[in-house]
Amino acid sequence: MSVGKIFKFHNDLDTDQIIASQYLLLPTIDEMKVHAFESLDPEFPVKVKPGDFVVGGENFGCGSSREQAPGVLKALGVQAVVAKSFARIFYRNAINIGLPVIVCRQLPDAVETGDEMDLSLTDGTATAGGETFSCTKLPPYMKKILSQGGLIASLNREEV
Amino acid sequence: MGQTIVEKIISRNIGAEKVEPGQIVTVKVDRVMLDDIMIPFIVDKFHEMGFCRVWDPDRVVLIYDHLVPSSQLDDIRHYKVGDEFAAKYGIEHVHRSDGICHQLMTEAGYVKPGDVVFGTDSHTTTYGCVGAFSTGIGYTEMAAILGTGTLWVKVPETIRIHISGTLPANVMSKDMILRIIGDLGADGATYRALEFTGDTVERMSVSSRMTMANMAIEAGAKCALFAPDEKTAQYCGVSLDGFQPGLAGDRDAAYLKTLTYRAEDFVPVMACPSQVDKIREVKDLAGLPIDQVFIGSCTNGRLEDLQAAAKVLEGKQVAPFVKLIVTPASRKVYEEASACGAIGTLVKAGAMVTHPGCGLCCGRTGGILWDGERVVATNNRNFLGRMGTSKVEIYLASPAVAAACAAAGAIVCPL
Repeated sequence: MSVGKIFKFHNDLDTDQIIASQYLLLPTIDEMKVHAFESLDPEFPVKVKPGDFVVGGENFGCGSSREQAPGVLKALGVQAVVAKSFARIFYRNAINIGLPVIVCRQLPDAVETGDEMDLSLTDGTATAGGETFSCTKLPPYMKKILSQGGLIASLNREEV
Repeated sequence: MGQTIVEKIISRNIGAEKVEPGQIVTVKVDRVMLDDIMIPFIVDKFHEMGFCRVWDPDRVVLIYDHLVPSSQLDDIRHYKVGDEFAAKYGIEHVHRSDGICHQLMTEAGYVKPGDVVFGTDSHTTTYGCVGAFSTGIGYTEMAAILGTGTLWVKVPETIRIHISGTLPANVMSKDMILRIIGDLGADGATYRALEFTGDTVERMSVSSRMTMANMAIEAGAKCALFAPDEKTAQYCGVSLDGFQPGLAGDRDAAYLKTLTYRAEDFVPVMACPSQVDKIREVKDLAGLPIDQVFIGSCTNGRLEDLQAAAKVLEGKQVAPFVKLIVTPASRKVYEEASACGAIGTLVKAGAMVTHPGCGLCCGRTGGILWDGERVVATNNRNFLGRMGTSKVEIYLASPAVAAACAAAGAIVCPL
């Protein structure tokens, strides 16, 4: 993992805001990704660079089960989503496509959009503004799926 | 120590005497629901995973509802992908214009008490209304189920919601679940099961229970269960012999907590823009002018909902400049509501009735709104941009409240 810039969003951020329903008809995630966060920050897809972070508050990714939500974030190169808590379908979907989702109670209140952050999945820590915050480590089952690059890679490895 | 309903269903599914919350288990899937929005992605992932057969085509149900009837050319591509997949892998349960997925899964008999069901839509929690463990998943996991027939789940803790007493005349189950979501908060039940108990719940119709199970996801819940009873058995066309009678939470089950309500205390409420847990009493919002009313969706598009709206609008007219859009949840509901005269009453009052489907609820067809417009709607989400532009104000309410607002041209409490 390496240093990236933070894009911070509010509590109860729902998946309709990450990618709106009308774009779910586009044939590919790459065509959808230019509409990520369109209602909140239309410039986001242009500003975000590979390796950057999305930071949320409580209940990140609530609402619709659309896997396209973590999908567009991964396609834009977002390194990880760090939030105080996640909605469960978003959380599962993100792990299954190989996008790290990290629970960190303190960090979201201590950072702003534009701040730089460093994340260590191995140590379970995030560092921003000279301060290091501890994050909840993933359960082993999910860590395995993530480390293999998502559910597809994981299933292929089991030769189902 | 006894078990909650969801613990009993999972125990039975995996052949264990007992499971504990937090335990990760692999369940055998009884039924899956695939919808038209997600189908191209499910098919892509299924092939990427290298599967060459569907584990059990009879357990798979494919439903076109979000995109019916087509309003964009891309919609047709989704039907084509779905039809090809169904033909190739022998999937016969395909509904192309019969109604909303969550309505059809129970109405058409695909879900029975005690079943374990997954769907590619977050409102899959709905089937808890008949005592099934059901929840929403993404398309990658759905592809994995289609190949393997299994999925891992974490056994959830259960929050019990106990309601006793008699509801006031103008209060519907929608008002109850909105109040409960407001009390729990949008993430108050995340990763958890809800279990509804009490004599109020026991007297409720399966349709009313469906509204509450449907919206449990708006508090983050993984599933929401009602113990199956005679009404459930009749609705599902099954007998209550065998396992089902035992499908209630045990007295000594370990609940995370219990929220207790008196039915008499519920009042008509609305979820205000743009969070489902931002609940206010309708009387405190009275007088706000509105542009449109939507009565429909998997939350409130059933016969009793259309009848409640028709009762309010009987002999009245929709206010000038207000558009009332009514979308029955299924063809069966449409037929029944026509036969009993509810549709006729609504049309006479000035309603536009659209074909059964998701329609306006997911902001795709039939009545999208523009900046600054205000809509009172009976569906389940009022998120920004859900029914048009991101500057539309969406107020969620019961069908009775929505109908009263349509006649008044403003937010108003029904008598």
